[in-house]
Amino acid sequence: MPKKYHIEAKAAAPRHTPIGRHGIVDFNEDCAGACHHCVKKECIYDIYRKEGIFTREMPGELHYLYSCMNCLRCVQNCTRAVVTRTVNPEFRWLGDAYWKPEMLLTTWYQAETGKIPVSGAGYRGPFAGPGFDNMWTDMSEIVRPTRDGIHGREYISTSVDVGAKLTELSFDERGQLAVAPPPVLELPVPFVLGIPHFGDWSPGAYEAFARAAQAIRTLCVIDPGLVTPNLEPYRAALAPAVSGATISRHRDAIAGARLVQLEYDDAFAANVAAIKLIAPGAVVTVRAPIDADSHLLAERLVAAGVESITFAANHHGRSGAFGGGEFIKESFRRIHAHLMAKGVRDTVTLIASGGIALAEHMAKAIICGADLVVVDIPFLIALECRMCMNCTLGRPCPVDVAGTPPEHGARRITNLASAWHSQLLEVLGAMGLREVRRLRGEYGRAMFQEDLERETFQALFAGKRAKGQ
Amino acid sequence: MSTQAAITAKITRRPKATVTRFRNAIGKYKVVRTDRCTGCGLCAKLCPHGVHVRYEGYSRTTRPKDHLCRGTWCKENCDYYCIDKCPAGALSMGLNPVYESMGDPRWTPDMILSTWDQAENGRITNETLEPHLGASGGGFDKLRLNFPKEPALKLKPSEVDTHLSLNRRGSGPKVVIDVPWYGGGMSYGSVSPATMVGKAHACMVWNSFTCTGEGGYPPHLYPYDDHVITQVATGLFGVREETIQRVRIVEFKYAQGAKPGLGGHLLGDKNTPAVARMREAVAGTSLFSPFPFHSVYSIEDHKKHVDWVLAMNPKALVSAKVSTPNDVDMVAVGSYYAGVHIVHLDGSYGGTGAAPDIAKKNIAMPIEYAIPKVHQFLVNEGIRDKVTLIASGGLRNVHDLVKAICLGANGAVIGTAEMVALECIRCGACESGRGCARGIATTDPELSLQFDYEWAARRITNLYSSWHAQLVDILVRFGIRSVSELVGRTDLLHHVDYSE
Ligand code: SF4
Ligand code: SF4
Ligand code: SF4
Ligand code: SF4
Repeated sequence: MPKKYHIEAKAAAPRHTPIGRHGIVDFNEDCAGACHHCVKKECIYDIYRKEGIFTREMPGELHYLYSCMNCLRCVQNCTRAVVTRTVNPEFRWLGDAYWKPEMLLTTWYQAETGKIPVSGAGYRGPFAGPGFDNMWTDMSEIVRPTRDGIHGREYISTSVDVGAKLTELSFDERGQLAVAPPPVLELPVPFVLGIPHFGDWSPGAYEAFARAAQAIRTLCVIDPGLVTPNLEPYRAALAPAVSGATISRHRDAIAGARLVQLEYDDAFAANVAAIKLIAPGAVVTVRAPIDADSHLLAERLVAAGVESITFAANHHGRSGAFGGGEFIKESFRRIHAHLMAKGVRDTVTLIASGGIALAEHMAKAIICGADLVVVDIPFLIALECRMCMNCTLGRPCPVDVAGTPPEHGARRITNLASAWHSQLLEVLGAMGLREVRRLRGEYGRAMFQEDLERETFQALFAGKRAKGQ
Repeated sequence: MSTQAAITAKITRRPKATVTRFRNAIGKYKVVRTDRCTGCGLCAKLCPHGVHVRYEGYSRTTRPKDHLCRGTWCKENCDYYCIDKCPAGALSMGLNPVYESMGDPRWTPDMILSTWDQAENGRITNETLEPHLGASGGGFDKLRLNFPKEPALKLKPSEVDTHLSLNRRGSGPKVVIDVPWYGGGMSYGSVSPATMVGKAHACMVWNSFTCTGEGGYPPHLYPYDDHVITQVATGLFGVREETIQRVRIVEFKYAQGAKPGLGGHLLGDKNTPAVARMREAVAGTSLFSPFPFHSVYSIEDHKKHVDWVLAMNPKALVSAKVSTPNDVDMVAVGSYYAGVHIVHLDGSYGGTGAAPDIAKKNIAMPIEYAIPKVHQFLVNEGIRDKVTLIASGGLRNVHDLVKAICLGANGAVIGTAEMVALECIRCGACESGRGCARGIATTDPELSLQFDYEWAARRITNLYSSWHAQLVDILVRFGIRSVSELVGRTDLLHHVDYSE
């Protein structure tokens, strides 16, 4: 059996105190002072001692660890009831409407540990929500993906192919292959790294991305203009992002590349040809912003022989100039279904970009028809970014992303990727699938809230009168 | 066991105050008394909720028991609002910051506090807390009970019937429980012995069932044999012929809602020597239950399972606990034809055990969709009357229970509500380190001693008493004589988005 693909994880502590959800406030002036078993000593997570050490050793302004686990034992047992707890206001400020504070917290955890987030006490969030939060993936009661469990020795493949696939083969009279198969790039995970549109960047931070891409054996899509000499050792893991105007300038970067991302414009066909001339073995993915007509564009590009398309939504997963448009999962279902109807879906690799924030989003985007996704902001969050947007305003970064030692940063990114990979296995395992390729477009094995609502509550209650009170 | 017998006799269905085991109770409001207090004692006289107490012979009033305070409701509705009445201006009241930091959209702080109130008092004493609706924005939280202004049938509480018959197949043993719910499976090793026995005890008092979960049948459950469901799960941990023969119900756990499609997982830390002995495993190793049953790939295989259990224990009912995939209706029908008595659907949002967050939120459908789907399918198959359909996974209170029944279930399994009755705060940290800091979901020798089983049994019994009283009240208000007549009565519900 070939060696199983596995992303090695190794704990990588944060460089800055992460912002936690809860803070303990105590009113020391009322403290009785004579408790032999002060609740602070009895915290089973040792929060107070850790906070003490932290405040002693971090000179300057006062920070709290906010890593309190909310068991409330100290609050409820304090002799004088002087200990109380509040939600840390800084926690509420993290992220934005789409990138919820909880997402940053779980991403930090995964980047630090490489582990799947696990908790007790059931699901604690809203019933459903916009975006990816109104679909559920299926599971199977009796189909087994492997004989020895999803983390066992047997293989659940997460590999994807990038490039065009031939719909049929033809042979010459001597029985030799008469067609030249187009280049195909196999990646062991259904994602590539992207560079977010904001960030406190430095050559070191880019190096962290490139190094991690290499460790994971995937690619990092990056503007060659940002590539500094320190990224040279990781060149094989870089996928240059160019436009028609910059192809000639970035000849060198394109020459060795396995994947090139080309910005869509009307001259796309000529531009693809120009890239292929420089790098005949490279797969070219044409990147276009996603919109209501993307399925038509996709059809046109496929007809013109384009082997891969990256459809990009904004960082909230939405289309449109101001980002108020359709969510990426709807768009992809439409594009996928359209290409299926035209019988050409397999001749092109679709890449979804924008709004992929959690491991489940990767799986769901694939269910909705993408072959793979671009993951960008989560890897910046892995470098401890708080999404404060200071960097876009020219203010200093509170966590000095730019100063992240590349090796440490790569480690955290790799950890996050490892946790995502494991979570993808969980989803595939639950569905009884042994290949992520088979997940693509399987929306028959997903459940969408609009369908479930229509079939159940709408069917049961629409038009019925609410009697009584 | 003799002390246990003594306690057994003491705990009845009649509510008995069982206060918090912590020094400081948590309430929605915080009442602060400053040094300006002169000790006049007026507030203690005014407040009927017992917030202020001044013991005879003491010059000072005690620290306010502010968990009893009715806060803004009192301010708006009562003429005794102490804050305004204090002659010295020594009192102030505001929302408790701890309250604001508690709970989540599914279990709001109000629902947690109200469950604590019911576990403490055996009834709802604080009507200012919302006990029935969460803030999840969907499912049960968008359904309302459709009470008529006047019930067509005027019933006295003593005339309504809350029994549930668990065997509807027309042959085999009759098993009837007094309330349409039973307790969820929590394994030996995942919760403390006091929790496990406390749950069993309450189920015995209310003539219902508790479940061993996957992890064996510990001797401390022997006195409750007739009220225990033993689980046969994919790991077969602790399953022996003898355990199957002890009980009246055997449950096959095909899947569980908290982690549909994924096996159970007990971390090495929690696998203490005692747990390992029970599971016939090696202490300190992490124990994975495979997924799914490696002996079941078809309904025929499933039937072999059922036959196997019935051969060992012909007096048992068999339940199949399944999760809620797309084809949950087919799964239910197949389970029935294989011979089970109970089809137990476990929706994806509940569960008490540790599970990957990705699974809890994303895999399989919420129970609110699954119940009507399965109910209708069984009706169309013409076998609805032969199946006992039990729902679980995110049912938090009596209204959720009634909604589930009106959507088509016969009854429900509750787990989290029992935990909350034992003062679970829903921090979700059950699996980290030594387990639950509050002593519920832990086998840590020190942490698990924070309460004894008598306290646990009383708290859960109280909660059941409160639920029963509310259920009776609901039936009276509907003018419906029996809980069994509620099944599938969606006309008794309305949906805030769709009903007119
Ligand atoms: S609430 Fe619990 S975890 Fe937080 S500081 Fe207090 S004892 Fe420690
Ligand atoms: S933490 Fe703020 S300043 Fe630093 S990279 Fe992130 S958004 Fe930019
Ligand atoms: S009414 Fe005011 S002054 Fe009198 S006991 Fe109460 S708090 Fe003190
Ligand atoms: S660890 Fe927290 S969520 Fe788990 S049982 Fe204890 S109090 Fe409840």
